[in-house]
Amino acid sequence: MTPEVAIVGIGIHPFGPHEGLTGLDMAVHAARAALADAGVGFSQIGFAAGGSDAAGNADTTVARLGLTGLPFINVKNGCATGGSALTTAHAMLAAGAADLALVVGFDKHPRGAFDPRPEDWGIGSWYGETGMMLTTQFFGMKIQRYLAEHEIDPSALAKVAAKSFRNGALNPNAWRRTPLSESQIAGSTMISHPLTQYMFCSPGEGAVALVLARGERARALCRTPVYLRGVALRTRRFGTFEVFSPSISVHETAPPTTDAAIAAFAQAGVEPSDVDVAQLQDTEAGAELMHLAETGLCAHGDQEGLLRDGATEIGGRLPVNTDGGCIANGEPIGASGLRQVHEVVLQLRGAAGERQVPGAPKVGFTHVYGAPGVSACTVLSR
Amino acid sequence: MTETTTRLRPIVDGLFELDGEQLVLAGSRCTSCGTVAFPSQGSCPRCTSDTVERHLLARTGTLWTWTTQGFRPKSPPYTGPEEFSPYAVGYVELGGEIRVEGRLTEADPRRLRIGMPMRVTSLAVTGTDGEPRVTYAFEAVEAAE
Ligand SMILES: [Zn+2]
Repeated sequence: MTPEVAIVGIGIHPFGPHEGLTGLDMAVHAARAALADAGVGFSQIGFAAGGSDAAGNADTTVARLGLTGLPFINVKNGCATGGSALTTAHAMLAAGAADLALVVGFDKHPRGAFDPRPEDWGIGSWYGETGMMLTTQFFGMKIQRYLAEHEIDPSALAKVAAKSFRNGALNPNAWRRTPLSESQIAGSTMISHPLTQYMFCSPGEGAVALVLARGERARALCRTPVYLRGVALRTRRFGTFEVFSPSISVHETAPPTTDAAIAAFAQAGVEPSDVDVAQLQDTEAGAELMHLAETGLCAHGDQEGLLRDGATEIGGRLPVNTDGGCIANGEPIGASGLRQVHEVVLQLRGAAGERQVPGAPKVGFTHVYGAPGVSACTVLSR
Repeated sequence: MTETTTRLRPIVDGLFELDGEQLVLAGSRCTSCGTVAFPSQGSCPRCTSDTVERHLLARTGTLWTWTTQGFRPKSPPYTGPEEFSPYAVGYVELGGEIRVEGRLTEADPRRLRIGMPMRVTSLAVTGTDGEPRVTYAFEAVEAAE
């Protein structure tokens, strides 16, 4: 059996614009907060992994955290950067390479950032020149098809986004903390039909760090260790529908999200129905709807019923994106996946304040998805 | 599709061919498993075989999904006109063998629906040098009749 690995310390730098601070400044802030939360010094950390998409090399933080000589792996894996760093640290601890590990994810994107170059994604420059190199188009087309296939009314999209802003208003670390009504969301500028401006997250800023410990060490350090029961990272197989695809196959295959979720649940030995709180990639409101089913948390087409019953609200049966998700926090790519884990740890500790899920949740789940078809999922429990 | 558009230089070589005034998309087909790819590539994305042959795609199909582009994309990479008018993009399932993404000639969401019959056409665009080019696009079959 794999040795137990637990999260014993969490730290976050508030998300949203912070003029005068670099991504690395935020990373150091989050790392210090996580170390303090765990009650350990950086000199005790035996392994570190981390990264950003556009804000520098994670291992340069050692100049400020301490030049201890520890092995530190820089990760750059798009939206799965945090999940990849966490997977690596988990494996190193499970393998006995260290007792304590630090994981850090951060980013700082200028307003309206994300300027992907077709060449970096293996596509001819014609794709961008003719106006198709936009992630927003992909999300519009994926949810357009999904709503039609599963006969879901487009009004579900504004309902999801309104929940994100409501939850964000309860989260002192969120960027967008003003609730918006469904009609304000549905009536905002159309970006990529059926998705409007306020249904999308924006590129953002922020940092998150976690301290991980092997089981015996975790119990000695922490009164409320949260165990990382399953962590899985997957890339796309032939036949999925992904960002930046000039063509897709007619032979459809389950997306990388489904593969990663199945693997994480299998490792953890729990069922999706056991999940008490979940954080799902919500690059836009439709993504939360689709990922609910792709991760196995509900059946395809059942999302309208869940929304009608308030099941995904903080007080509902399956609270989703309790910290406001990407929609309220923005998406600093390197930090986003670890923000989800940070939120689940807070919820399982019973320390989420105003947005605490009632009933002492025991099992949490996180999921990220990104270009060009990569997903990372975790299952956490007390 | 107009004669003048198809006489423009293509946005890139190899993406499509001209059959008279008709534009035909050029993909590749794996000789081992039959999987069709577009644009053409030197190996099969499904079985990894590197024996592929040139394969011309069907000219008609149905709209699999679509969306609109509500703001002017950034330049680079976009080379379209400064003055922006919204356009639509979509995937069209051609000949039941592949779904190809492309610009749609119709930009009005009220006139687009999943499953509608579509065909390949040409679209005048701009090259990186600011000169006019031709690329492929899709149009509704009824609109053309
Ligand atoms: Zn093949």
